[in-house]
Amino acid sequence: MLRFVTAGSVDDGKSTLIGRLLHDKELIPSDVLQGLTDLAYLTDGLRDEREQKITIDVAYRYFEIQGRKFILADTPGHEQYTRNMLTGASTADLAVILVDARKGVTSQTRRHTLLCSLLGVPQIVLAVNKMDTVEFQQNVFQRIEQDFYDYADRLKIASIVTIPVSALEGDNIVHKSAHMEWYDGPTLLHHLQHVHLGSLLNQVDFRLAVQCVVRPHQDFRGLAGRVLSGRIRPGQQVTLLPAETTTTIRTILGPGGELDEAVAGQSVLLTLQDEREAARGTMVARTANQPERATRLDVNLCWTDARPLQVHTPYWLLHTSRKIRCQVEHVHYQLDVDSLHRQPAQTLELNQIGRVRLVCSEAVFFDPYDRNRETGSLALVDPQSHHTVAAGMIRGAALDPEKDQRIYPYQASIDRVQREQRQGHLACVLWFTGLSGSGKSTLAQELEKLLFAQNCNTFSLDGDNLRHGLNSDLPFSQAARKENVRRAAEVARLAFEHGHIVLASFISPFAEDRQQARQRIEPGRFLEIFLDCPLEECLRRDPKGLYARAQRGEIPEFTGISSPYEKPQNPELHLPLQPLERSLQQLLDLLKIRHILPPS
Amino acid sequence: MANLLEHEAIYYLREAVAQLERPALLFSGGKDSIVLAHLCRQAFLHLPCPLLHVDTGHNFPETLEFRDRFVQEFKARLIVARVQDSIDRGTVHEEAGPRPSRNAAQSVTLLEAVAEHRLDGLLGGARRDEEKARAKERFFSHRDQHGQWRPKEQRPEFWNLVNAFHHPHEHFRVFPLSNWTELDIWRYIQRYQIEVPSLYFARPRRVNSQLLADEQGREELVRFRTIGDMTCTGAIRSRARTVEEILHELETTRASERGTRADDQRSQAAMEDRKRLGYF
Repeated sequence: MLRFVTAGSVDDGKSTLIGRLLHDKELIPSDVLQGLTDLAYLTDGLRDEREQKITIDVAYRYFEIQGRKFILADTPGHEQYTRNMLTGASTADLAVILVDARKGVTSQTRRHTLLCSLLGVPQIVLAVNKMDTVEFQQNVFQRIEQDFYDYADRLKIASIVTIPVSALEGDNIVHKSAHMEWYDGPTLLHHLQHVHLGSLLNQVDFRLAVQCVVRPHQDFRGLAGRVLSGRIRPGQQVTLLPAETTTTIRTILGPGGELDEAVAGQSVLLTLQDEREAARGTMVARTANQPERATRLDVNLCWTDARPLQVHTPYWLLHTSRKIRCQVEHVHYQLDVDSLHRQPAQTLELNQIGRVRLVCSEAVFFDPYDRNRETGSLALVDPQSHHTVAAGMIRGAALDPEKDQRIYPYQASIDRVQREQRQGHLACVLWFTGLSGSGKSTLAQELEKLLFAQNCNTFSLDGDNLRHGLNSDLPFSQAARKENVRRAAEVARLAFEHGHIVLASFISPFAEDRQQARQRIEPGRFLEIFLDCPLEECLRRDPKGLYARAQRGEIPEFTGISSPYEKPQNPELHLPLQPLERSLQQLLDLLKIRHILPPS
Repeated sequence: MANLLEHEAIYYLREAVAQLERPALLFSGGKDSIVLAHLCRQAFLHLPCPLLHVDTGHNFPETLEFRDRFVQEFKARLIVARVQDSIDRGTVHEEAGPRPSRNAAQSVTLLEAVAEHRLDGLLGGARRDEEKARAKERFFSHRDQHGQWRPKEQRPEFWNLVNAFHHPHEHFRVFPLSNWTELDIWRYIQRYQIEVPSLYFARPRRVNSQLLADEQGREELVRFRTIGDMTCTGAIRSRARTVEEILHELETTRASERGTRADDQRSQAAMEDRKRLGYF
């Protein structure tokens, strides 16, 4: 099933494009087709829409072509109806952004592209429409395409495809155009039918927000909710938040009966091994993999109400199945849609986008939006008017303002984004973890050579070089190892904020420590690389003779021998024992997929 | 195997029952409301709210029989709101003319029932693919104190977050089947072997030239695609006598579902106008 939206400015021909698609695929009911005078009327269902010849609200269409089911949201182009565009785009797998070939990329094109990027719509199609009005000229298309990439390259968008079309004439919608031989890409429909679909839902971190407790009779009590992300099986241990009680799943009931496993997107009933207090708003997560918690949140906000944002004024926060009182404590900046410059602001007005700090009356259990859109998304509601006034994407926990002030002097006068723009690659932290002797430092050194040859700014950190200097005061006790990792993570953060690709190699055996290192870095830029080398192989290698000493009892609490190594649950890259060249290639691929390195 | 649309519908049903204080499930005896009631039972293992039937008095006899059996089997509480009562009260005037439709009058009766039973939510089986104005509906559609829909001021719905805040005397129409098509409904009926009124299956029936039920008409092999007020719901010529045959028919047909509804044919904006005034 593909959910997609169409967006673009007024008069770019969105409704006509959809009408053309349905018409040429013969998907329009015959009795409807008879009364049709204009293809756009198929979706413009409201009287005002037909009279003003514009689209005001999202219209949904449903069709099925060769086994793929499509849900299409036709969204309005007028800036004043941006909230309706957001409604359609927030659940979309793909967005078709239309541009009029005569007008080119407009401010509204950029706004919709920016919103799609913030919402994490993974696929974007730029359809340059009305090619018939510019005599199907290739250079017009190329110029628009270039303008679009100039803008979109500064955003995070997984995939972009550009197609020249004429909705009115039907060129490259369903049928290949006879007028544009210079174009050898797919038609719009072909692309929609064949584009690869990943799930929008996080498949790894199990989260379920209880919607209600179902108790049809005395002997049954089930927690009803949708699996927001990840998967769960009976017998697995879970923690209920905020109570922090731990229990085990007894059964999972789906719409068709008992399930061996529930996965993201499913509505289920959970029964627990023992009666635990739970109600609407309770979040269920695996005990070993829990969401972050904070009362202060750093949030990207799209304001959707005519009444501007008021700081220090109560709003309702809608998050998963919870309603929490909150206030906007600070507006960090407002984003200029055209230049992407961050402008100082005191408020956000209708359709403006910005970064704010929210303070909530209770702890919120969340994951960053980039990692998990279900637990990372929120809406704000005005308690008086009951309007939904904003859509928000959580970036992470915010420090409280006092700590913020202490950190401000750190912020360089030249910020990371400026450095990244000049050096042509993004900053990130590659955190190599694994047993002693698993090959972390060797791999990091070889990768650094390759990156250096590509003119990248790199920065190497490993256990040994820190132990000899910065951390020479630390013993090898458990607490000191934690401190060792904390300092390493702080140094990594400083280098990261200065634009470097940081290669940090630390055994870092505890998941909690690695998680703390991750939290210091902007979401999406901390890449955990797990060198999954069997202990026997590390023992065999034993480059520093440490295992031998540990086995003789000379080194207490040695990871793998007398102290545990907690394997990463969801590393960005999991490297088994394999040739070095292969690992290097996988690392370079990862850096390209994550847009750290420009595409080659 | 349950599909995504089922999980989605159950999610919205649970949101409605959890967030609203006094919801009711609008039950016409038609396939959509039957499917909705079944989904409700899947969501809660029983029916957590009463069924509300708006009775125009122009029912197919099969529909009423079916309704009463259904209520018994589901152990449901049934509220019947009669258009005739509204006419008797004088809040509604019967249409003049040869085939008076009580379709528009239903809205008044419905809003009277909302007020009488202090309902704050009506769960309905309407689908966006039925009609253009319905294609613009949200899952949770807010109605003001007068029961009116204001399409230009609809609340946005971001992700799956539901804003069900409302002031006293306002209510919500909740449409958990928004993303379903007619085909999805029949696939669900097939998957769970659900019983639906016999009107949906083809057999010889007496109909007039517009295929409206008519005792004086001639006999034709027809079935009904929608079941509404008997005075305005036309049949279609069909040989589909089973669910499987209906599925096959739908996969190959090109006529719209509500094309048989005389009430929708009156003007371009017929549905929108009725919806603004509180129609379902």
